[in-house]
Order: sequence, then C-alpha cells, then structure tokens
Amino acid sequence: MNTLRLALAYARRRPLATLLNVLLLAVGVATITLVILLTGELEARMHREAAGIDLVVGAKGSPLQLILAGIYHADAPPGNVPLSEVLELRKDPLVREVIPLALGDSYRGYRIVGTEPALVAHYGAALAAGRLWSAPMDAVLGSEVARATGLSPGATFAGTPGRGGGGAQHRGTPYRVVGVLAPTGNVIDRLTLTGIDSVWQVHDAHGHAAAGPAEHDGEPEAREVTVALVKYASPIAAVRLPRAINARTSLQAASPAYETARLLTVFGVGTDVIRGFALLLVGASALGLFVALTQALDERRHDLAIMRALGASRARLVAVLLLESTLLALLGLALGLASAHLLAASVGRWLPAAATLAGGASTWRPEEWGVVALALGAGILATVLPAWRAYRLDVAATLADG
Amino acid sequence: MFVLTGVAQRYGRTPAVRIDAWRAQPGEHWLLAGDSGSGKTTLLHILAGLTTPTEGSVVVGGTDLATLAGSARDRWRGRSVGLVPQRLHLVAALDVRSNLLLAQFLAGLPQDRARVDELLAALGVGDLALRYPRQLSQGQAQRVAVARAVVNRPALVLADEPTASLDDSHAAATLRLLRQQAEATGATLVVASHDARVRPLLPHTRMLAQTPR
Ligand SMILES: Nc1ncnc2c1ncn2[C@@H]1O[C@H](COP(=O)(O)OP(=O)(O)OP(=O)(O)O)[C@@H](O)[C@H]1O
Ligand SMILES: [Mg+2]
Repeated sequence: MNTLRLALAYARRRPLATLLNVLLLAVGVATITLVILLTGELEARMHREAAGIDLVVGAKGSPLQLILAGIYHADAPPGNVPLSEVLELRKDPLVREVIPLALGDSYRGYRIVGTEPALVAHYGAALAAGRLWSAPMDAVLGSEVARATGLSPGATFAGTPGRGGGGAQHRGTPYRVVGVLAPTGNVIDRLTLTGIDSVWQVHDAHGHAAAGPAEHDGEPEAREVTVALVKYASPIAAVRLPRAINARTSLQAASPAYETARLLTVFGVGTDVIRGFALLLVGASALGLFVALTQALDERRHDLAIMRALGASRARLVAVLLLESTLLALLGLALGLASAHLLAASVGRWLPAAATLAGGASTWRPEEWGVVALALGAGILATVLPAWRAYRLDVAATLADG
Repeated sequence: MFVLTGVAQRYGRTPAVRIDAWRAQPGEHWLLAGDSGSGKTTLLHILAGLTTPTEGSVVVGGTDLATLAGSARDRWRGRSVGLVPQRLHLVAALDVRSNLLLAQFLAGLPQDRARVDELLAALGVGDLALRYPRQLSQGQAQRVAVARAVVNRPALVLADEPTASLDDSHAAATLRLLRQQAEATGATLVVASHDARVRPLLPHTRMLAQTPR
C-alpha cells in the first residue's frame, strides 16, 4: 500500500467521471499543442526559407505579394521587370549577390523557375542525380517534384501556363530533365529549375502575337524577369538600399523579414482565437475535475476520517487528494500531447494545404512546457478546495455521524 | 495503562461527558457502559487522541496527550491505538487485505503481508482477503474491522458498540474475538456499549452517568 495505489484505487472507483475529465483535458491540451506545433513550424519554415535573402526586388505592387511569389512561391508575382535593371544592381557596392528568377509555367502544380545555378548554391542543395542545366530547356527537379511526378533524368515534360495544374500545355517546347536535387527541407524541393532563357523560349514560341517578335529580339535589354533575390554586402545596405531602389528605379524592394513578420502577426490573430477556445476547454475540464473531486469528497469523508484514526496526518490526506488529481491531469496531458503530435504528423491527410508543416510533429517546442504547466495547474487548482476541506475535517464528528 | 483525571468535554454549553478519575492497568479489559447520549463515543475519541477534552488530563501509556500535537499525535495514534468504530468504516475502494495494509502504511510501520493474512485467518476471514467491503456480511465486516484495529499490535484497543446490530451468538463471538486479540498482544481493551448482553462478558465496568443538562 502506498499513496499512489490509494489514489489509483479511488480513480478506479469512478471510471466514467474520471474518463470524462481526462478526455476533456486531453482535448484542450491537444488543441493548444496542435496550434503551437503548426504555427511554430510555419514560423520556423518561413524564417528558414527566407534565411540569407535580405531583399526581394520586383515589379511595383504589394510588397507582401512580392515576397510570397519570390521566396515562398505561394502567389502569382505582381508583374515583370526588365532584366537589365536587375543586373544594374550588381554594380552597387552594397550588394553582394543578385539571383534573378523568371517565374514561368508550372508542371503538375509545381512551379518552373528560370534562374541561375546560384539559386541551388543559395539553398545548399546537392544533386542527387544527373547534372545542372546548361542548355535551354534543360530542367532540374527539386526532390519533392521528382518524387511526386516520378520523372528522372532523360524524361521530357511540357509546362502549363501559370501556377495551377490546368490550362493548355506548351507541347511545342518540352523540357528535358537533366538532374534531380537531394532533399533540403526548403522551398527548392518543390521547384523545377531551368535557365532563364528556357522560360523566354517557351513564351517566344507561344506567339504573343500582339507583342510581336520585335519586342523580344534577343537583346538582353528587352528581356524580363519576375523577381531578383538580393543579398547585402554590408549592414548599411539595409538602411540605404531599399529606399534607393524604391525611389530611383521602376523596381520595388521588399524585405522578407519585415513582410514575414507582418504576415505572421495577421495570422496570429486567428490562432489566438483557437488558443482561447482551447483554454476554455482546459478550464472546463478543471471545473469538471473540481466538481468530481468535491462530490467524491462528500462520499469519502468517512474514509478520510478513518485514515486519520489510523494515523494519517492532515498533510497525508492532502497529498492523497493532490496526487489523485495530478495523476488525472498527467494522464490527460500525456494523452493530449501525444494526440497533438500524432495529428501534426498526419496533418497532410486531413489538411492537405498544411502538409509541409508535418515536420513540426517531431519537435518539442518550448511553449509546450507552458501547456504542461497549464494542465498540471488546472489539476492542482481543482484540488485546492477539496484538499482544504480534507485538511479541516473534524475526524471525531465524522466517525460518529455514520 | 491510561489515567483520566477531571476530564470533561463540552459542545457549546452542553456537557457531553464528565469523568473525574479513571485508571486502567495494562492488559485490562473494560466495559464502558452508559445510556445513549451519555458520552461513550466521545470518551473513546478522547482516549484515541481524536478529541481534545475541554478540561482535564489524559495520559495513555505514559504519554500525556496534551503534549502531542499535529502529526506527532497522528503518528502516536497510528502506532498505539486500534479503533473499531461503530460504523466500521472499512475503505470501500480497497479490498480486505489492502484495508489492513493501509493501517500499517498510515501508521508508518513496515507492511507485513504475512501478518495480515495470518490475522485474517485467525479471525476466520482468511478466504475473504481479496473481497471488497460491500461483498462482506455485517459479521464478516466486523471481523475485518477488528483485524484492522489490532494489526499494528497497539497497546490500547477501543471498540464502539461492536455488538449493536448482532444477534446473541454473534455478539458473544465478537466479544470473544476482541478479548482474544487484545490478549494476544497484551493490549488494554475498552468496549463502549449500552448493550446489556456485553456486561457479563467483560471483567471491569465503568458506568457513565447521564450528564445533567
Ligand atoms: N460534535 C458534536 N457536537 C455537538 N454535540 C455532540 C457532538 N458529539 C456528541 N455530542 C453530544 O454529546 C453527547 C454524547 O454523545 P456520544 O455520542 O458520546 O454518546 P454515546 O454515549 O456514544 O451515545 P450512543 O450510545 O447513542 O452512541 C450527546 O448528547 C451528543 O448529542
Ligand atoms: Mg456512541
């Protein structure tokens, strides 16, 4: 016999009430934890994918759209800009590197990006098979694209205009797969890379009759790209460069750090609502535990009195009650945390749009300690009044009252 | 074994019990007799250190209970006093064996399963060790409660109305058991009862007068 076995014996006596309270707590804990895991992974991923890129330069319009299109490949770009203006930036001593991107077609929902090999180096991606692009219409697949499409070096495919899977394919100008990249956990896994000239070639081949061939006569000045990723050469660039670009050129400069933070703030309002709802659930379970314990105490006052008669101190009674509710809280906590991590791991199955956030399932976030404290705190809070009544119990009167 | 001197317990202005002097020697078996409401239960609780009397001194086994407070008193009670309450109060969540182990655990004594099973067998309920209290008859429950009271070999065994709901033969058997068990450990026994059948079964009697109100 010990305090733990005693607590377990009592929990077994009221299985239904016990189960209900444990489940209620578990649901609250799971909801809060799931929000923590998914938003945490989202933030981490957004920061990871934007890491190292100080500025995104593109057409004037919404800076957020520029970031979404240029870094996360999650939106259509605001428009195109002349390549010559972008290349001009390379002469600025404040700029260390400029990687131009021409966002063109897509293949089975995966973006085809015309760029320079510097982009592969920026994401630290290694070749898993084949080689990088060298001739027009050479394509290198990100690891996820290769896995989803089943294409390998030697295969050919035709792109579809825009980001979606629909639309008429550019069958006349097929791409030829020359390489596949190893997984990086970054956005590059979901991209198909090619030379910028390939993107131009596809569009030239497809008429653009109204524009006429004169517009794209092969001169670099006339060529356009969608965005350029810029890395600073010195910290001073952060102060001077964005303003200079926005003021002096037809380009717009957007800071990924700033726009990402702004996006997460907006997003945070939504998750706060979910968090609040989950807190309500935890509160309800604490209340349920409180009612159950208080009710049980009325039935148990004779047991508590006889325990005192058998030599138990007041502190021992309090310890038994506390241990009991703590055990229930721990059980609900463990159940809630486990199901949150399992749900996060399988998030792609019930929320396909969030599939890339499944990576958060295997990490333990510091905020989860807050959830642990919350659940245990709820258990202890629910015990305060019953424990106080047990402490104050009039043993002689209780033994005599039958 | 215990000495009560000028003990009185009052609830508000109502006196519950008054006893000028009562001295019991170690190993003596006493009947505490008196009409209903004369204060028998109150006096047992005073002897067990569960109630601190409003007046007088209580010395049990050489210990003045007034000097024991808080958990020290609980500890003393667990090791020195075995109580069979009138309503028995077996712990319903625990089986019979665990009820006895609980008594050892709460007294801070080593848990001796052999002692528990031996005692249950000696009281004729050895085969009920794994039953829960609600699965016992009144007589069986009574025996378990007696076993729980003596399992820690206390120096003082107190039983409150142990024959109240029993027929003649069971009443006599219960008294015999209590005396046997008290004898086995040399404990002093006090049986509080207003049951006339108990009177001839115990060698010493202390009458409580109806307190004036
Ligand atoms: N907690 C209490 N508060 C107020 N009065 C009490 C309390 N406990 C006992 N009394 C009163 O003290 C007196 C003695 O009660 P006690 O239970 O000790 O008598 P008893 O001899 O055991 O009676 P019975 O034979 O009915 O069990 C009674 O008048 C009772 O009403
Ligand atoms: Mg009584």
